[in-house]
Amino acid sequence: MSHRKTIDEVTGVETTGHVWDGDICELNKPLPRWWLYTFYVSILWSIGYWVVYPAWPTINGYTKGVLNYSQRDQVQQDIEAWKSGHAKYRTQIAEMSLADIRKNDELFQFSIAGGAALFGENCAGCHGRGAQGGIGYPNLNDDDWLWGGDLEKIHQTIAFGIRSGNPKAHDTAMPRFGIDKVLDEAQIRDAANFVRSFSHLDVDQEAAKRGAQIFADNCAACHGDQGKGNQDMGAPNLTDAIWLYGSSQEAVMQSIRTGRGGAMPAWSERLDPVAVKMLTLYVYSLGGAQAEAGSASTPAAAADKPK
Amino acid sequence: MNTMDQPNKFLIGGDESRATPPPTPRQSDYVPRTKIYPKRAHGIFRSIKWFVMGFALAIYYIVPWLRWNRGEGLPDQAILFDFANQRLLFGPVEIWAQEFYYVTGLLVLGALSLFLVTSIAGRMWCGYACPQTVWTDLMISVERFWQGDRNAQLRLDAQPWSLEKIWKKSATHLSWLAISLATGGALVFYFRDAPTLAVELVHGTAPTVAYVFLGLFALTTYLLGGLAREQVCIYMCPWPRIQGAMVDRDSLLISYRELRGEPRGAHKKGTTWDDRGDCIDCRACVAVCPTGIDIRDGSQLACIQCALCIDACNEIMDRVGRPRELIAYTTIGNLGNATSAPREGWRIIRPRTMLYTAMITLVASLMGWSLLNRAEFEFSVIQDRNPLFVVLSDGGLRNGYMIKIANKVEGVRHFKLRFSGPANLQPKFVEFDGTDPTIEVNPSEVRAVKVFLMLSGPQRKELRSDAEPVTIELQDVESGKTASRATTFRSPP
Repeated sequence: MSHRKTIDEVTGVETTGHVWDGDICELNKPLPRWWLYTFYVSILWSIGYWVVYPAWPTINGYTKGVLNYSQRDQVQQDIEAWKSGHAKYRTQIAEMSLADIRKNDELFQFSIAGGAALFGENCAGCHGRGAQGGIGYPNLNDDDWLWGGDLEKIHQTIAFGIRSGNPKAHDTAMPRFGIDKVLDEAQIRDAANFVRSFSHLDVDQEAAKRGAQIFADNCAACHGDQGKGNQDMGAPNLTDAIWLYGSSQEAVMQSIRTGRGGAMPAWSERLDPVAVKMLTLYVYSLGGAQAEAGSASTPAAAADKPK
Repeated sequence: MNTMDQPNKFLIGGDESRATPPPTPRQSDYVPRTKIYPKRAHGIFRSIKWFVMGFALAIYYIVPWLRWNRGEGLPDQAILFDFANQRLLFGPVEIWAQEFYYVTGLLVLGALSLFLVTSIAGRMWCGYACPQTVWTDLMISVERFWQGDRNAQLRLDAQPWSLEKIWKKSATHLSWLAISLATGGALVFYFRDAPTLAVELVHGTAPTVAYVFLGLFALTTYLLGGLAREQVCIYMCPWPRIQGAMVDRDSLLISYRELRGEPRGAHKKGTTWDDRGDCIDCRACVAVCPTGIDIRDGSQLACIQCALCIDACNEIMDRVGRPRELIAYTTIGNLGNATSAPREGWRIIRPRTMLYTAMITLVASLMGWSLLNRAEFEFSVIQDRNPLFVVLSDGGLRNGYMIKIANKVEGVRHFKLRFSGPANLQPKFVEFDGTDPTIEVNPSEVRAVKVFLMLSGPQRKELRSDAEPVTIELQDVESGKTASRATTFRSPP
């Protein structure tokens, strides 16, 4: 600091030495001393933090501080607090039937909220974040259900899965008509044409006529004479607008040729019963399901008649 | 103009050092505070200040105890900052967190009013109404009560410690602490039901946060009002720095009328007043000043314009038989004219004040209008985005919507929903049976309702675009009021 001090002539006060616009200087006015002390106090205060809170890294860890404070513990406590807050709902959900929970506004809202979180963690990987599904993974929003779309059936499917290895799982599968040489390629083509004719898709009418007999001999046992499917077998309704593996001639032929057998885990093996119930109610809340078996209260179900 | 330059008391050196710069002794970077002993003033402005102080303190202490009946289950405190439930209650108005702009509006109004008042009459706020001024004034009065006026205090501080000095000082500080506790104590009442909290505070069962804030505000009141006083105005507050842009030649400023007062000097009774100014250099104006400045140095940052120097000087002028208002509310325009009266030609109505008034009117009317037309319920519709639409087994389509209804008034409300858009849209509710449920919403609550709109396969063919406009109308069953929101019905492109 060897610069020469400059003194403002009017006030006689030393300036900071900075000059703006050629002649504007700033007086170097002293700070009040208490301001300095406040600064010292704040330094002391920060040292207080070292003592009270975790601060310094050590070879094996860190200084814990006298409060032994940990944000992880804090989070754990918060989670425990929430869980105990949820306990009353969870015991009720465990005891009540799905239909009764659905009629209880508070429990239903709680289940939907919890189910949405569970769905995001466990189901969205295959079914998609919005449960919209994809090729081979059913869309859970629509009203077409392979294994039944009432609360009890959905619950069963989630709890025990599909071809999951669980003894109570849905286990039937579409045979491999082509690979196992039950049908030859021409017969598969004819059958596919017939199947697609149910939904008034663009088909080769001649082939479809030949396919009718093949369908009656090989497919009707599961899919029904009218192709309406059978939810006990997981045999899809072939007459509706929803195609799990696509509705093109090639996609349908592929299904007949190699069979289909998608799998879903048995979630009762991974989640607690209350979680499975909450997931069920969440899937129900997506709009395509019915509350009770055989219920036809929704317009979609009412409209589900032969075209 | 001399800014915050107090009479060069922290200058080391002086005239000699200015003449011969090289050997200047090093100027300290820090200065100790010079304690100020403001003398009690008597006069019209002191009276106004007592009145404003009483009024402001009364508002502060009484408001939390005012009641307002809102009905069952809701707090009955007229003004309550109910942070626990994320709402502010102002009598009949309940402001939710998402409507915090009303509070912003109040702050904008406050700022604009401050600008207006300052441009008309200078630092009225600082001089009379600022909490720092009010509480400092209160603390100073208490100090005078125990230790006597300026001269007695000066004598007391010069004395060595004695029993008398100890008890007088202790009494002062204890009174300050009591006032501070009462200040902090009153503040917490704004945030929790006052009668309940008062009992809780006494029994030691109040929430910890109440004690923390009580303690915090007691401490800051004691520090800022009792000890720091003018240091807050001079060193901490940003307003003195801004005010320079607020005043102009037509703003009233408390000023020493130099042309009338100078040359100053002692005056012997009976001698002539010719060829001299009216200022007898008695320093009465300096003695009463709560920030310890000499107003005769001109308008300055440290002057909070409390007008006590006017009272002090008027008293002296009366005594020596000269006209009052040697120090006066006057304008910069008048200061340059020896013969003009202090407020001659003072213009209140001028572009600056008109502009502020217009802005205040605008903001106030906007807020008033929006408060009057504020819906008693809030209603929002969010269309599902994932998936945008669902194809149903008959080839029909379904769209999902999350409807949220907030009931912002007292009592349970019931609502009905109506949908209009493409023909034959069928609603379906997740939580309710039927297509026309009555939705019940509790007071101060938001209810989420999931609804699906559906079109069957054949009806779907009548859609004209992949995003048909849909209007969802909500009707309050009790009042019949409706609100509607526009959304769309989406289909595959």
